[in-house]
Amino acid sequence: MTITAALAGNPNAGKTTMFNSMTGAKQRVGNYPGVTVEKREGTVTVNDNPMNIVDLPGTYSLTAYSPEELVARDFLIKERPHIVMNVLDATSLERNLYLAVQLMELGIPTILALNMMDAVKKQGKEIDRKKLSELLNVPVIETIARSGKGKKELLNEAYNYAKEKDGAWEPLHISYGSDLDEAIDEMTEFIVESGLLKNQCPARWVAIKFLEEDEQIIDLAMENGVGNKLTEISDKVSKHCYDTFKTYPEALIADYRYGYIASVVKQGVIKSNTPENRIEFSDKIDKVLTHRFAGPVLMLAILYSMFYLTFSLGEIPMGWLESFFEWFAVTIGNILPDGLVKSLIVDGIIGGVGGVLGFVPLIIVMFSMITFLEDSGYMARMAYMLDRVMRTFGLHGSSVMPFIVSGGIPGGCAVPGVMAARTLRSEKEKLATILTAPFMSCGAKVPVVILLAAAFFDNSAIVMFWTTLGGWVAAFIVARILRSTIIRGEATPFVMELPPYRMPTLLGVFIHTWERAWQYIKKAGTVILAISVIIWAAMTFPGLPQDDIKSFEDQRVTLKLSYQGKILDEKILEINNLENQAALRYSIAGKIGSSFEPLTKLAGFDWRTNIALLGGFAAKEVIVSSLGTSYAIGEVDAEESSGLSMKLKNDPSWNKFTAIALLIFVLLYAPCFVTVVVMAKEASWKWALFSIVFNTTFAFTISASVYQIGTKFLM
Amino acid sequence: MAIIKLREMKLNQEGIIREIEGKGDLTRKIRDMGIVPGTEITVIGRAPLKDPVALRLKGFTLTLRNKEADFITVETEEKK
Repeated sequence: MTITAALAGNPNAGKTTMFNSMTGAKQRVGNYPGVTVEKREGTVTVNDNPMNIVDLPGTYSLTAYSPEELVARDFLIKERPHIVMNVLDATSLERNLYLAVQLMELGIPTILALNMMDAVKKQGKEIDRKKLSELLNVPVIETIARSGKGKKELLNEAYNYAKEKDGAWEPLHISYGSDLDEAIDEMTEFIVESGLLKNQCPARWVAIKFLEEDEQIIDLAMENGVGNKLTEISDKVSKHCYDTFKTYPEALIADYRYGYIASVVKQGVIKSNTPENRIEFSDKIDKVLTHRFAGPVLMLAILYSMFYLTFSLGEIPMGWLESFFEWFAVTIGNILPDGLVKSLIVDGIIGGVGGVLGFVPLIIVMFSMITFLEDSGYMARMAYMLDRVMRTFGLHGSSVMPFIVSGGIPGGCAVPGVMAARTLRSEKEKLATILTAPFMSCGAKVPVVILLAAAFFDNSAIVMFWTTLGGWVAAFIVARILRSTIIRGEATPFVMELPPYRMPTLLGVFIHTWERAWQYIKKAGTVILAISVIIWAAMTFPGLPQDDIKSFEDQRVTLKLSYQGKILDEKILEINNLENQAALRYSIAGKIGSSFEPLTKLAGFDWRTNIALLGGFAAKEVIVSSLGTSYAIGEVDAEESSGLSMKLKNDPSWNKFTAIALLIFVLLYAPCFVTVVVMAKEASWKWALFSIVFNTTFAFTISASVYQIGTKFLM
Repeated sequence: MAIIKLREMKLNQEGIIREIEGKGDLTRKIRDMGIVPGTEITVIGRAPLKDPVALRLKGFTLTLRNKEADFITVETEEKK
């Protein structure tokens, strides 16, 4: 028989470390049906038998309060794993037992792993494992997940206990005081009679959940028809509780549950050898890292160095990948005959997918740093320090990381930025963060800033500074607007644990980072490949009519008769560039660009800028290179654009305000499609499409206003 | 002895939770984390902008916003 074991536990209790240690890198990652909560599974061998382990999301309780808790509960009730291994942080035993007791009340065979026993010893405390096991009537094992200590015993014990129990659930009965107990008993009878959730969970448990006003259970009871009867009892006892104690059943239940835990622990389970409350290592660090003045300064320093390290380290392998794809494109280009197929493969597929895969090293470096900050406990401190500021804008303390990664410090990238929003546990704030993070000055927007700054302003650094600031301001303002309109709602409570500082495990950082990178690579091979081809087609078809091609050909022939040598090459290049310009204008993208011209003129953009902006949707890097093509000056390297900036400076249709309008537009308009795909994965396609439409409208409104006011009144 | 709101507690001040007002998602979350009547707490820090507040209870550190702390009443020794 293959035994299925679920790993449950509080966040930061070491559950994931235990899972990694048990399964190594052989994990399967998926999603629970209908929600974005990750489901991790792995198989281990215990006593020569395979054991399937499911890592449930970290939760503090088993209410229907958050998607994580609901998912964990549904899995236990519906899939009925043979055993639950509950990992507890033994340094805060009481709070960790709160989940354990709820598992026992459900009755599912449970085995406790007292984790971080090394830290307990360091605190000068002892936990009597046998006593705890006796009092709770479940097996208790001591573990140190980081070093893998106790892992074997835990698995063996889980295996044996699962066999012994053989699927039998034995719910723990806790007394909730005479008033509630009476109501619970009465409700239990009705539940048994009605057959509500029969064979899924104990009737008494259903009654308790009903009293706790658990929405999911109440809905099920209403469907079943027994709901009205239960409501009657629950309302009566609820009124009684309020009249006598000024409290509610759900509050009493929590009080009694913690009371039960305290009564267990007080029977000599914990022995303290050093009675004085000594200042722990973590507290000492916090005295500095969250200090009123030093804290914010150090945070900026840490963020900046992380950022600097990411981009200077990531740049090297990124360069290798770029050179590889260039070499690959040239090699394939030499093999294939000229024509559409070659253009599709070289410009469309290799160019598109290669450009996207070029981000992989960046994502790897960035995520190993983020995972490090998160696992070490520092991320929670950042959220704690910044929450007051972020909350003003309807965001959450944890929103700061996605913003920084997206380009809050210029040069970031919204792709890992949006992915980093996953650490936010509150739905509304997470959505607002995902939608606004792409306003930041990502690395691909920087060349546009440099190009325009060089052409129209004296000091590029100042332009860069204002653009960066503009990104932050836009993100904050839009977040505020979204949170007061379509993502309206009370701020999610900020009730967060500050876990002790810990050295992250190498395996944990490795697994987490690799997963993110692999997800991204898979996307590059599917959705992104398809979109690259579409964009390539839009900029290639229908191609110039025969007459025009012939006219350019004729011009070349004429030139060849009148010039030679270097001058001839230059003249030919000029004609080639003009031909590319004409072809681009004639293409679908060109036609779209031209058709929008009457509207975009309001912001000072002509058809050439429009094409570049359309191309920028593929990747913002494309903006500078397509401007090059549409201004007929041939290939323009995004890093070396002085030729183009001279051209723009001398073009009569450009002035300072055209440049400002374009800068604003590029900063704020639709995220590049790689970001859009990632947004769809992290939120939904609906929100991803919303961001394209909303951001573009928002960007255009501001650009057009600035251009109109600027050209009408300030020139 | 004094009965005060958690928000009014000073740094390093100790107290015992007396009451958590109200019901619903917010207070349920607070209770799930171990803030129930009778729990001993110590204020161990405040964020640079005075909000949120960091508490030590049951061997771990919990942070919550002043807005959430307003639901919680604490019994403390007079300490001026």
